[in-house]
Amino acid sequence: MIPAQFDYVAPSTLEEALAALGEHGDDAKIIAGGQSLLPVLRMRLNAPELVIDLGRIDSLRGVRDDGDALVIGAMTTHSDVVTDSLVREHALLLSKAAAEVADNQIRHRGTFGGSVAHADPAGDMGSAALAMDAEFVIAGAGGTRTVPATDFFVDLFETAIGEDEILTEIRVPKKTGWGAHYEKFVRVAHQWPIVAVAATVNGSGGTISEARVALTNMGSTPLRASATESALAGASATEDGVRAAADAAAEGTSPPSDLNGSAEYRWHLATVLTRRAVLKAADGA
Amino acid sequence: MTAVDDRPTLSPEIGRDRRRKEDQRLITGRTRWTDNLALPGMLHMAIVRSPYAHARITSIDLEAADKAINIYDVFDGKKLQDSMGVMINAWPITPDQKAPTHYPLAVDRVTFAGEAVAVVVARSAAEARDAAELVDIEYEVLPPVLDIKEALKDEVLAHPDLGTNKSALWQFDSAAAGTGGNVDEAIEKARSDGIVIERELIQQRLIPAFMEPRSVVVDPVGEQITMWTATQIPHIVKFALAATTGVPESKIRVIAPDVGGGFGGKLALTPEEWITFAVARHIGKPIKFTETRSESMATGHHGRAQVQHITLAAEKDGTVTGLKVHLDADLGSYVALLGGGTPVLGAFMFNAIYKFPAYQFNCQTVFTNRTWTDAYRGAGRPEATFAIERVMDDLAAELGVDPLEIREKNWIKNTEFPFTTVSGLQYDTGNYEVATEKAKAAFGYDELRAEQKERRDRGDRVQLGIGVSTFTEMCGLAPSRILGALSYGAGGWEHAEIRMLATGKVEVVIGVSPHGQGHETAFSQIVADRLGVPFEDVEVLHGDTQVSARGLDTYGSRSLVLGGEAVVRAADKVIEKAKVVAAHLMEANVDDVQFANGRYTVAGTDQGIGIAEVALATFTAHNFPEGFEPNIDSEATFDAVTFSFPHGTHLCATEVDTETGQVKLRKYVCVDDIGTVINPLIATGQMHGGLVQGISQALWEEAVHDEQGNLVSGSFVDYLLPTAADLINFDVGHAVNPSTTNSLGTKGVGEAGTIASTPAVVNSVVDAVRHRGVTDIVMPLTPERVWTALQGSGGGAATVEAAEPHFEGQEDNR
Amino acid sequence: MTKISLRVDQENVSDDVEPRMLLVQYLRERLGKTGTVIGCDTSNCGACTVHLNGRSVKSCNVLAVQADGATVDTIERLASDDGTLHPVQEAFRECHGLQCGFCTPGMIMQTVDLLNENPNPTEEEVRVGLEGNLCRCTGYHNIVKSVLYAAQLQQGVATETEGANA
Repeated sequence: MIPAQFDYVAPSTLEEALAALGEHGDDAKIIAGGQSLLPVLRMRLNAPELVIDLGRIDSLRGVRDDGDALVIGAMTTHSDVVTDSLVREHALLLSKAAAEVADNQIRHRGTFGGSVAHADPAGDMGSAALAMDAEFVIAGAGGTRTVPATDFFVDLFETAIGEDEILTEIRVPKKTGWGAHYEKFVRVAHQWPIVAVAATVNGSGGTISEARVALTNMGSTPLRASATESALAGASATEDGVRAAADAAAEGTSPPSDLNGSAEYRWHLATVLTRRAVLKAADGA
Repeated sequence: MTAVDDRPTLSPEIGRDRRRKEDQRLITGRTRWTDNLALPGMLHMAIVRSPYAHARITSIDLEAADKAINIYDVFDGKKLQDSMGVMINAWPITPDQKAPTHYPLAVDRVTFAGEAVAVVVARSAAEARDAAELVDIEYEVLPPVLDIKEALKDEVLAHPDLGTNKSALWQFDSAAAGTGGNVDEAIEKARSDGIVIERELIQQRLIPAFMEPRSVVVDPVGEQITMWTATQIPHIVKFALAATTGVPESKIRVIAPDVGGGFGGKLALTPEEWITFAVARHIGKPIKFTETRSESMATGHHGRAQVQHITLAAEKDGTVTGLKVHLDADLGSYVALLGGGTPVLGAFMFNAIYKFPAYQFNCQTVFTNRTWTDAYRGAGRPEATFAIERVMDDLAAELGVDPLEIREKNWIKNTEFPFTTVSGLQYDTGNYEVATEKAKAAFGYDELRAEQKERRDRGDRVQLGIGVSTFTEMCGLAPSRILGALSYGAGGWEHAEIRMLATGKVEVVIGVSPHGQGHETAFSQIVADRLGVPFEDVEVLHGDTQVSARGLDTYGSRSLVLGGEAVVRAADKVIEKAKVVAAHLMEANVDDVQFANGRYTVAGTDQGIGIAEVALATFTAHNFPEGFEPNIDSEATFDAVTFSFPHGTHLCATEVDTETGQVKLRKYVCVDDIGTVINPLIATGQMHGGLVQGISQALWEEAVHDEQGNLVSGSFVDYLLPTAADLINFDVGHAVNPSTTNSLGTKGVGEAGTIASTPAVVNSVVDAVRHRGVTDIVMPLTPERVWTALQGSGGGAATVEAAEPHFEGQEDNR
Repeated sequence: MTKISLRVDQENVSDDVEPRMLLVQYLRERLGKTGTVIGCDTSNCGACTVHLNGRSVKSCNVLAVQADGATVDTIERLASDDGTLHPVQEAFRECHGLQCGFCTPGMIMQTVDLLNENPNPTEEEVRVGLEGNLCRCTGYHNIVKSVLYAAQLQQGVATETEGANA
């Protein structure tokens, strides 16, 4: 299938990109890696007049150490997130989740920023970013603002990014030494997750001191399993030690029902996968 | 003429794992897929399709599209009605079968979502697609009927004009046919003093999902109208185009170039082929149409789609006494090429390898407003094998015995061949005991049973299941007389031709039409052995009706058992013709001339001449026998007397995560009797691929429509094909008993894996959890269904008819 | 129309293209590189896999304009000028890693990338590494075998005759 006609610009600076976006507003669409956008255009589910390609803006790429946080450029590819040594040291969960995004070819093109800005609740990076307490740096004509992950994901395919704004960076508070695991449940490997759980855990001697847990595809946005997190503080890293905490993971969620599973089944899965994710994360802590 | 044979001796080709001749071009990207073709002046077509499953077309406005830039022409059904022909059904299964007229391009109503309604022809495919969006069609939406059981009620009609959704009822009864007893009596008796197993089983709708989307190019310029098409059946397409459009058959040339998989999905006459043909004739320029994957999924025919009612009667000791089958088979909204014939192909296979004394088969075909159904790998036989192998497991469970024990008790003993079954077919050879013993040994059957027990006793979160399938099938479709008796509209013979070139090379023209099976390699091996020429000197030609004028193409595991035999017979004719020439050249009496290893010799002398030399002498014809035409080329047409019957024992171990219902393949072993193996590399590859398609039906695939009749699993996002990461290696073995139905002893291998593996997997999963009270789980065995079954809520919940919206703009179901 | 210049299969090429043209369409329709094929419209099947600046991508999921200035390598230039097959091509032939051959260009290009990253993968790593490429014919058994054999060939620990018997 062939996309409908559109104009195309590939600015080399963020300012140019913002200017183009300001000029065309709703009629423009940002393309980052394009791995979710291009299928949409090919199936003609969306037909923007202008596509603004961020691929030529070098400053949006790469990972840098910023004291107590890592700053990951929005255009950093998933495969770079997987292998980046800073990410692996200070934000292991992101590396683990990025490794589970789609497949190799998609990870070579797809970007961290593009993925979270697309805001598919079944996307792998949203819950990982949420669990990491990431902050999203959004640039607009009037400068930049920073939005915490809890406010970033608004609804299905909807984020805090305004029509005339561009996501430039994701700031991730360091969780150096924390164990991490992304437990993804699929029927076949190339599927979006039916449910997935992102967990990162700090602790020692078989006891969990702190945990961050977020759920993928259990609602219209990534969801933080706060009750589970509180219950995990001080828990022993054993099946029985985390079971009760994990059982609370699905509380208050409204997962979808579709051909891969009903909402009821997803509630059940969320508890099982949370337990498994936390235990595997604790294993590396 | 050389007196001494100084050529190196050629080792036998049959049985050798030759690397494929086909591969060089495929691994270097020098391919001729239909969509790769570009002809001078070629135009591109896009199709406007119905968004409704059932509607009356009230108006079509083509004007805006016609005025768009670079648009050549636009058409609706009315404009092409007189020239486009109709889509035909070759197999009316009963004389009173109901079938609606099926125009390639809808004329006044649409009967499934995706049906073609208008076409746009443009200079580029992109412009055609752009203009297609400008076609304005108004519909009066009618209620669709989508479910088989609902359709049988005749409350909502897929085709109101027909007055019913029921198309045909096809029956076979062993008492009436004189091939066995009365099944109702057997069941009644078993109800009082034996065992009766009654089950309703669901064969979900599948999509063949060949990797190459279908594509067609029609060039109307020239003496013949040439169609390139991604098809399994170029000869049948040619015949049917002529039969339905009035264009003389001699004016049509059909070419199947490289074809990227078929699995029955390209055993089809497609509306797209017919429309492209009509439009190209209308415009007088070459036209190309290549479908998108979404179009392929929604409009290419689907497979399976049956509700199976099975009643098995047995004595208390497990000896089977009767089998009664009633199928309700979903045709979709039209009767496709084979149509109701596809489920009917299963009629002879439900009794399988077992000695049922009484049997009855009933098949009710029914219309729904869904995509039409037709052959998908195995076509009728996987459905039959699934049902009988599932029910034999239930019988074993009822008796508390090992599933292999109940099978052995009832199967045809190796001493009983040839054996005439209750459905009237004679199985020529087979040995179920040997295949089963070999499979058990390779599988480690006893060790896995011990592990299963250990896990059960321990209450392990992961339970192990062992599934059995001792299947047989009928291959080599099909003897023409049997097809005639079944009212099929064509024969089932196969044709081959051998051309002996002056330079010693050999051209073999085959009527079967490969799309991945390696015919060029395997047929070269057969001819190399038969004629005693080097493998490399043989060229196999196919797939172009100008080159291969006669043939009935590739499906039903027929290429080798029928096409291979035709090649053998053509080669034998070459040998006999050339013998006369050889005798003349050697000045010997023809009766004294012998042929072996590519060479004619005269008994009792050291005289000899190679067949290549005879070919050269025939070309020059300077010194030729009096009155003998200078031509040793030969052709042969082979029509079989009966089918061949591959069989095998398949053993599958699965691990079931009882917490999530997730099923993981642990081990798969099969030992098959596919008769003589020409090329073990190719045969084993066919098994691997076949196994996975069957496994995939069990675990992953399902074509799901929503309540409006839209295909929800309409892309590879939602129609789940497995990847390498979801599968394991397979242990494929052979236990050969050559067939007696053809001189090579081959039986057919293309469909065996698919037919056998589905019940092996389902039996395995049910076996893993049977101790928890589970007796059946509906396919595909989604984790949710397995988990629900473990919760005691049954494993038969319907699939939610909604997909997730991963692409912004898709309908949101949240 | 946007002008693009890129290096494809070791040749410099330049064209005016519509921004909407996909890289795979550019390769097939403009450059005649029909060795790379289109199998789906949702980027699931991987049949269109090529290398973009040395890494595997799905060319149906990249705009031609995005490849401006880039280097693209396809199946058509994998073998040497003298016709010598790339070890991965050789391995697929040797191990019968293809049937209809439609997925094969993508499978081979992804395998080359996979082995570049991980020259000596385990069977499990091969299976996961190919999760973005669908095949309907082979059941993957012989594809996995081909990749493992190609790894051996590239490391010089296998000869070209033992693949399918290994």
